[in-house]
Amino acid sequence: MLKRRDRVIRALRRWFHQQGFVEVQTPILINAPAPEPSIETFCVPGAGISRTHPGKRHDLYLIPSPELHMKRLLAQGMEKIFQITPVFRREEYGKMHLPQFTMLEWYRAGHDYRTLMEDCESLISAAARGAGLEDEIPLEGGGVCSISGPFIKMTVNQAFETYAGWIPGPEPDPDRFDMDMVEKVEPCLPMDRPVFLMDYPASMASLARLKPSDPEVAERVELYAGGMELANGFSELNNPDEQRRRFIKDMEKRRESGLKSYPLPEDFLKTLENMRPAAGMALGIDRLLMFLFGTRDITEVVAFAE
Amino acid sequence: MYESSDLRKGLKILIDGEPYIITDFQFSKPGKGQALYRCKLKNMISGYTMDRTYRSGDKFEPAPLEESHMQYLYNDAEGYHFMDTKTYDQVMLTADQVGDAKNFLKDNMEVDILFFENTPIDITLPIFVELEVTKADPGVKGDTATGATKPVTLETGHKINVPLFIEEGELLKIDTRTGEYVERVKK
Repeated sequence: MLKRRDRVIRALRRWFHQQGFVEVQTPILINAPAPEPSIETFCVPGAGISRTHPGKRHDLYLIPSPELHMKRLLAQGMEKIFQITPVFRREEYGKMHLPQFTMLEWYRAGHDYRTLMEDCESLISAAARGAGLEDEIPLEGGGVCSISGPFIKMTVNQAFETYAGWIPGPEPDPDRFDMDMVEKVEPCLPMDRPVFLMDYPASMASLARLKPSDPEVAERVELYAGGMELANGFSELNNPDEQRRRFIKDMEKRRESGLKSYPLPEDFLKTLENMRPAAGMALGIDRLLMFLFGTRDITEVVAFAE
Repeated sequence: MYESSDLRKGLKILIDGEPYIITDFQFSKPGKGQALYRCKLKNMISGYTMDRTYRSGDKFEPAPLEESHMQYLYNDAEGYHFMDTKTYDQVMLTADQVGDAKNFLKDNMEVDILFFENTPIDITLPIFVELEVTKADPGVKGDTATGATKPVTLETGHKINVPLFIEEGELLKIDTRTGEYVERVKK
């Protein structure tokens, strides 16, 4: 398994380098994560030393995603970057979740989420060849998933209307949305080809840009394959004022739910105005391997599951 | 009290005053959405099964279950009767509650009886039991191919498959978790 894992990761790196991407490393311990209402981080108390106030210490956080720092690199002028890094999320433990897992993130300046979908189609195919597979990926429960040709595209509103019998619109009740997503929508998504679920309700976009032609939805896309969510991406929001408003709103939601509050990621907000329009995608490498190797147990694709 | 993050397969919790066991469990988190805990639950008294999805922050009471070591006495039209060998208290389980355990249950066998609020609801046999073969056809001589088996009848009336060399009157060790033959026991 570890040899196959290595071959897939090498194939992914090769694909990015062929496309002219630069591999980057950004910090694992950071001053302030994005205050997303449903991602819990690990805090390392007092690990940060102040440069300006000797003796003063602050908390650091293990990254739940390298997103904020990678966007800072875009703001500094990088155009095509990718990173493969461990990420950390508290309280996520199950057949498809580990509190530490490996994330592949890539960002493209001057593009939107449509390019990300094309990237995914080409990248998944490269990964499959790296694993010694062709265009038909055998699924754990029988049947195959064909990865040649374009993947299925479905908007969130279409999927909910078809499988759950209602249309979420711009601001659905988050409880009802999440519940029907896992109970009605996800189990019914087609399995014979990967699916892009796109255009999420505007109220659920934390860091994504709203669709210019339809501001009720955000330009966000999730890739599903073999019944699993593999990746999430979006056209990036690059308006610092709007981003600050959303962060403050998210922070309020966290407070209401009794979750830890974070300092605002000021360094990120400060550089955001220099960031050109861009798009970025995060793909769970372990999930991709589960899909390619035909398993629904994440512990089978990692060397150790602590 | 348990929290949602404690939920897992095999955990026994109280719902609407009745004990349930989680028979299947899946942690779900739709991208950027909240953590959801999807459970298949089985009522430990009625056997009724249901699906429930819980959120983080939900709380659960452990099902108050107690286990007592008891001796099997006999069965009759009503059900299966057991006795606590220290207090001499007797309890009864219905044939449904005993289920497949009846295949390996013999007089005086020591078993564990599960109680919910002083009512017996389930039985656990010892992992290994020894039972006598009461009926066996002679094995075919010379057939020593590995894996070849034949059916025999045990003293409980239950039939199992055993290697060809097993004869009537022999004592067998059986794994009650799988219901399979383990080995011959010298009497």
